[in-house]
Amino acid sequence: MSESPERSASVGELVLSLRGISKNFGAVSALTDIDFDVHAGEVVALVGDNGAGKSTLVKILAGVHQPSSGTINFRGRPVTLPDPRAALTLGIATVFQDLALCENLDVVANIFLGNEISPLRLDEVAMEMRAWTLLNELSARIPSVREAVASLSGGQRQTVAIARSLLLEPKLILLDEPTAALGVAQTAEVLNLIDRVRARGLGVVMISHNMEDVRAVADRIVVLRLGRNNGVFEPDASNQDLVSAITGASNNAVSRRAERLRAERDHSAQAGEQRP
Amino acid sequence: MTEQGNLAPLALDRADARVKHEAGIGGAVRAFLDRVRSGDLGSLPVIVGLVVIWTVFTSLNPVFVSSSNLVNLLFDCSTVGIIALGIVCVLMVGEIDLSVGSISGFASAMVGTLWVNQGWPVALAILAALAFGALIGALYALLFNRLGMPSFVSTLAGLLAVLGMQLYILGSTGSINLPYGSALVDFGQLMVMPKWVSHTLAAIPGLAMLVSGLRTFARRRAANLSTPSVTGLVLRVAAITIGLELIVAYLNQSRGIPWMFGLFVGLVVAMNYALTRTKWGRSMTAVGGNREAARRAGIKVRAIYLSAFALCSLFAALGGVLAAARLASASQQAGTGDVNLNAIAAAVIGGTSLFGGRGSAYSALLGIIVIQSIASGLTLLDLSSSLRYMITGAVLAIAVIVDSLARRSRASHGRA
Repeated sequence: MSESPERSASVGELVLSLRGISKNFGAVSALTDIDFDVHAGEVVALVGDNGAGKSTLVKILAGVHQPSSGTINFRGRPVTLPDPRAALTLGIATVFQDLALCENLDVVANIFLGNEISPLRLDEVAMEMRAWTLLNELSARIPSVREAVASLSGGQRQTVAIARSLLLEPKLILLDEPTAALGVAQTAEVLNLIDRVRARGLGVVMISHNMEDVRAVADRIVVLRLGRNNGVFEPDASNQDLVSAITGASNNAVSRRAERLRAERDHSAQAGEQRP
Repeated sequence: MTEQGNLAPLALDRADARVKHEAGIGGAVRAFLDRVRSGDLGSLPVIVGLVVIWTVFTSLNPVFVSSSNLVNLLFDCSTVGIIALGIVCVLMVGEIDLSVGSISGFASAMVGTLWVNQGWPVALAILAALAFGALIGALYALLFNRLGMPSFVSTLAGLLAVLGMQLYILGSTGSINLPYGSALVDFGQLMVMPKWVSHTLAAIPGLAMLVSGLRTFARRRAANLSTPSVTGLVLRVAAITIGLELIVAYLNQSRGIPWMFGLFVGLVVAMNYALTRTKWGRSMTAVGGNREAARRAGIKVRAIYLSAFALCSLFAALGGVLAAARLASASQQAGTGDVNLNAIAAAVIGGTSLFGGRGSAYSALLGIIVIQSIASGLTLLDLSSSLRYMITGAVLAIAVIVDSLARRSRASHGRA
């Protein structure tokens, strides 16, 4: 899986480059001195335990939070992201963990929110058509784009949020837990979608807790721990290595559990040998 | 549509077999009943309420539905109705303005002072009053955006402060009479449309619906989207046109439709267009529904709040100027008492949610007709204002209860 040839070949110019990014919330430093690169046509997975700073980093890139220090280079130029509009204008689209949809608006209105076609005389027909095209590209299962988002299920909302991020033809897409709310088939669809987005030469940053999903699509796995860089891995890195990078030690809850299970298995195997 | 669906390739939005789509007129009725049952009431409660109120008052005093009484009703509706239209704006973004009464009173005092006492041209005096109104709204928005001051508190402070300014500029005399025979007073008391104008205007909504409906039909068909039923459209257009023409013909039996009411309805239609068919209106609804989501979608949330507050105060000032024209005076009592609450009640009774993100410009029109009907009916019955306050209060309470219950029902039925 990880050795598919087109994967490394398609990696292009540097889209995003962070140097020394720090973010403090009062006395708490959520991020300390983070370096982070994304190339065109590359999927970078951002993993880490709860509270490692993944969502904070994504929110900084989306313009929701501002970094306390550090520099952001986007497509070779230093940029500042004072608000979400600035990020969108540059070509950074984000699917937030909480999706950030307006429940009282319908699907079309949500997809086009902030980017309506002909602002003084909304072109509902053109918007509905474009919305269906986007949703069909994602093989979405949305009953009606004229229903309010409140009536959609979690997976359907996720699809709407992803469709919205693709609307502006961004250069970089940030996905915060894109598969957390999805079923098996829809997860596969989203992973396929990520492959397609990469094939179009976009940079993708994906946060996930699901190591299987991460290995399935990522070209590089960047580990954060307690707000600091804690290693970069190839997708074929061993689970042991990843887990110890994420939790910070080779002796941790996960490894202890694996150790205990192995010990029990060995024990019962010995017991089985002794029985006859 | 269904017959075509079996033969031709399915429309872009009808490809999913699991979704039930109602077709034809029976389907439209069923879909409507479904919506109502799940708590998406729209203007249904207010129309039912209006029928009840009118039936009761007519049975108590048949003069209530006389043409001349209804024309008076329309004159009275227009002033507070325009203020209620502003309230719809702030309620859409989930905020409130409690000072609209004071602002309307101050605007009328300003016109009185500048025009009658200082000798300014009347148009300039009105413009100054409107500009002042918009400025007050901008100040509320500034306090809200920059200092995080809840609009409930800032406008409550504004209620007192602006009332104080009104008393101050009116000085010891306490009231200024506007000259009878001036255009402004005539507009507020006498001017009605010629019959042919009112009949023509009554035909316009139907025509506009027909034209835009047919255009949408053609465009949706070209875009391979499902199309609404043309028969339904024609029936709706016919019903609306016949209904409006009958109302106009009845009102024309006495004085006819006031120009002031025409201005009010024109503003309602314009606001309805702005709220439903423009990017600005979409942003207003989005900010009222989920402020953070709107911000992350790149909407300038602060500018939206600014526009909502400024429009509300602007409409309040306009309503105040028209109220002064209606009474031919600017007094210390203008804008006090029940003006504030009537305007807010009208918007809520008409179906604009207090919780933000849901509402329509038409709720100001429907709501103020309910409130003025109660006032007019009780006046005809020669009942005191004490009773009028109690009954209006009860109607407002019922309207808010209906709003809250419908909101809960929508939540449990998966509708916004």
